[in-house]
Amino acid sequence: MSRPAGKSKLVRGAQGDWEVVIGMEIHAQVTSKAKLFSGASTEFGGAPNSQVSLVDAAMPGMLPVINAHCVAQAVRTGLGLKAKVNKKSVFDRKNYFYPDLPQGYQISQYQAPVVGEGKVLVDLPDGEIEVGIERLHLEQDAGKSLHEQHPTMSLVDLNRAGVALMEIVSKPDLRSAEEAKAYVTKLRTILRYLGTSDADMEKGNLRADVNVSVRKPGAPLNTRCEIKNVNSIRFIGQAIESEARRQIAILEDGGKIEQETRLFDPAKGETRSMRTKEEAHDYRYFPDPDLLPLELDDAFIASIAASLPELPDEKKARFVKEYGLSAYDAGVLVAERETADYFEQAAKGRDAKAAANFVINELFGRLNKAGIGIERSPVAAEQVGTILALVAEGTISGKIAKDLFEIVWEEGGDPRAIVEGRGLRQVTDTGALEQVIDEIVAKNPDKTAQAKAKPAVLGWFVGQVMRATAGKANPQVVNELLKKKLGV
Amino acid sequence: MTTLTSLTLAEARDGLRAKKFSARELADAHLKAMEQARALNAFVLETPERAQAMAAEADQRLAKGGARPLEGIPLGIKDLFATAGVRTTACSKILENFTPTYESTVTANLWRDGAVLLGKTNNDEFAMGSSNETSCFGPVTSPWRRKGSNVPLVPGGSSGGSAVAVAANLALGAVGTDTGGSIRQPAAFTGTVGIKPTYGRCSRWGIVAFASSLDQAGPFARNVKDAAILLRSMAGHDPKDSTSADRAVPDFEKAIGKSVQGRKIGIPKEYRVPGMPAEIEKLWQQGAAWLKSAGAELVEISLPHTKYALPAYYIVAPAEASSNLARYDGVRYGLRVPGRDITELYEQTRAAGFGQEVRRRVLIGTYVLSAGYYDAYYLRAQKVRTLIKRDFEEVFAKGVDAVLTPATPSSAFAIGEKSAGDPVEMYLNDVFTVTVNMAGLPGIVVPAGRDGAGLPLGLQLIGRPFDEETLFSLGAALEQAGGTFAPARWW
Repeated sequence: MSRPAGKSKLVRGAQGDWEVVIGMEIHAQVTSKAKLFSGASTEFGGAPNSQVSLVDAAMPGMLPVINAHCVAQAVRTGLGLKAKVNKKSVFDRKNYFYPDLPQGYQISQYQAPVVGEGKVLVDLPDGEIEVGIERLHLEQDAGKSLHEQHPTMSLVDLNRAGVALMEIVSKPDLRSAEEAKAYVTKLRTILRYLGTSDADMEKGNLRADVNVSVRKPGAPLNTRCEIKNVNSIRFIGQAIESEARRQIAILEDGGKIEQETRLFDPAKGETRSMRTKEEAHDYRYFPDPDLLPLELDDAFIASIAASLPELPDEKKARFVKEYGLSAYDAGVLVAERETADYFEQAAKGRDAKAAANFVINELFGRLNKAGIGIERSPVAAEQVGTILALVAEGTISGKIAKDLFEIVWEEGGDPRAIVEGRGLRQVTDTGALEQVIDEIVAKNPDKTAQAKAKPAVLGWFVGQVMRATAGKANPQVVNELLKKKLGV
Repeated sequence: MTTLTSLTLAEARDGLRAKKFSARELADAHLKAMEQARALNAFVLETPERAQAMAAEADQRLAKGGARPLEGIPLGIKDLFATAGVRTTACSKILENFTPTYESTVTANLWRDGAVLLGKTNNDEFAMGSSNETSCFGPVTSPWRRKGSNVPLVPGGSSGGSAVAVAANLALGAVGTDTGGSIRQPAAFTGTVGIKPTYGRCSRWGIVAFASSLDQAGPFARNVKDAAILLRSMAGHDPKDSTSADRAVPDFEKAIGKSVQGRKIGIPKEYRVPGMPAEIEKLWQQGAAWLKSAGAELVEISLPHTKYALPAYYIVAPAEASSNLARYDGVRYGLRVPGRDITELYEQTRAAGFGQEVRRRVLIGTYVLSAGYYDAYYLRAQKVRTLIKRDFEEVFAKGVDAVLTPATPSSAFAIGEKSAGDPVEMYLNDVFTVTVNMAGLPGIVVPAGRDGAGLPLGLQLIGRPFDEETLFSLGAALEQAGGTFAPARWW
């Protein structure tokens, strides 16, 4: 559990190196049409208070009923995190007053969560680390207080109130902002593979509480501060770095870290105190008497286990083994399930490495330029596959392949038909090429002379031939013919 | 036809079907009786228009011959049950103008079976009390008086209004809730029959929650058979309440008159508490003797953790209540007293909206759940609860069919007699009833005699989980021996 930091992870202070210790609590919104304990919709972007049931509004006498789908999603996530699924768990009430918390308590899981210990493997430039998962539990989200709509009053929107969240708690196994960011990214990938959370930070359905402490390498854990509700991966990194610097400065001044809850201010790039330990709430947790303990049988867990998709780590290993891809390329392709599927479709029966290159370089580049995700790509995987096939069979050159891709992107259509229709087929007819080469050789006696002494000049001739044939000449044939003609 | 209001529920049901009178006449007779009995303060809301409309529909069905089980039967409903379009306050100022858009499952079941709503009955605020003196609408006065005295007596609580509605012939039956004795204690004080069924038998959906793990709905009636008829309609599985039991509801009425020959009745020695009046002890022995002569077998039993039940109850119930009542915050509905900021709004609203007893229990509950006290209070109380439950399980495992106990340690007391003093004095009223809620068991109270002042006294029978039928059989046997009890009208 106490993973030592590599030398490179340490932060240099005025009085030597410090190690940053980070643990995270990720709140991920469960993908579900209905809320955790009511039938109200979870659709994003509804008019305020349009998705609120009597239960969500905590009307007198209303009772929660657990949404079985949300439980299945939590179990599915637990299995995806290689974690222990607890066959008996308990819902507790976490009591506090806030206007966006209609019941006056949040239904959560305190002492007996639905999922116990697990692990996540995180890829970093200098190798892989294993991050321990402490637990995963289900809980209700709160509503939203709106303070800007009225000069003297705050308004409350309860659409989110009661939406199911999974709180995924890591062990304090992270040692730098980079690691923390990579961990969240990987967790996000796993959740999206499993289909248990959209994990979309922009929509607020993935939020992080970050626990940060610093210590001298090898020393026992120091007092930590919790940074609440950080809502982007970039801010997670910034929050950790500024918080670590703040704590190091205090300790190097001979001060003491006070345990407290802090907030990250993205505008200032620093954290500020939200409440101290003395001001901390006493939540008076106790088992919710409206809900029976949650008991899962083996068959239920087994049926979910049987329906798990191939997860990113396994997929990556398979891509390396089956397609001979580099670990790096495989890692890039599996980061999103859609990308991996796209790649596999394009590579089917073709040169997989060429397919990986094409997807990573051409497709990703074009998607980035257009600012859209792969799910909205105008070029389908089959079309990319056809382009790759045309290159492999020598019908078009690699350069034409890029042009062809752009045509398909803009206009759509069958790549093979486009090649025929627009005369993009590469010229392999030696007779026709010889004629072009002869002309160029005749016009450039000086270069011809140079080529004999300096074979690199050959490339210049290739370029001339390609230009003269509008790129359609088969570069291999051109090379061979030129070598023969120039006697190199 | 002068006494439509003094019929039993079963008699009224049969009379309606035989067209001896109409549902409208039956409803009107009760509405009139309610009007004349306003001094008792049993109803906090009378719903004559609704009663007449429901009775009219019942008459149509009766005419067509398609009568439902409770067709045309007028009832009083404790103001803890949400009734759609009818103000529901839990007799608290904090909900004084709250009208739900939804109907509780229990009342919906009653209307489904053709019953008629007369009005909402008075209760202790949020069902917290044993005398019906904590209601924001003022106390309910019992129709009973001590011989030669005009001193107004309490009807017991918290379902005091429902008990009085039945005892004073203002309704053919009524519905209450019982968290620690809130049906059984007022039944004993008013000479009516009240049953708290097994936890999970009736849905809690739409009942203003007091202590979720203890609350159960149940009926009041003037005899055991009527209570059985009402419970059958009220009960049933409800997917909207996760603690509701998914099991069939028997025809409880069939248990009435069934022989109790050979049934084993446990007499728990721990229910002989110090200071218990001799007449209670005598009544208890009398009840046992009646059951014995009806063919039952008596056995002395021990329920060793009984003495811890009351203190444990007064930890568990307030703990749950402190959380259940957090929703009354002035933000979404009910009373709102504005403040400079949200904290002040909470404080002022809750200070103005909750009465003293409710505030006391919210504070106790908050305290026992607090960090540093949780283990010593809440957790220990839960352990006690497990032990109490085990006491009963062991007794039932030895073949005991039901346990016979006194219902209360005394007869009704005067209004004001206990409410001004030490609250523990009031809490002691529940000493025989809380164990049943803590163990989740069914318990029925049947009137069995009178004390020296002429006030009714009740006996309690506690049964196996979901074995209300045995309680109805045994209760009917007690009733047959002891008769029924009605107050002389003075109001």
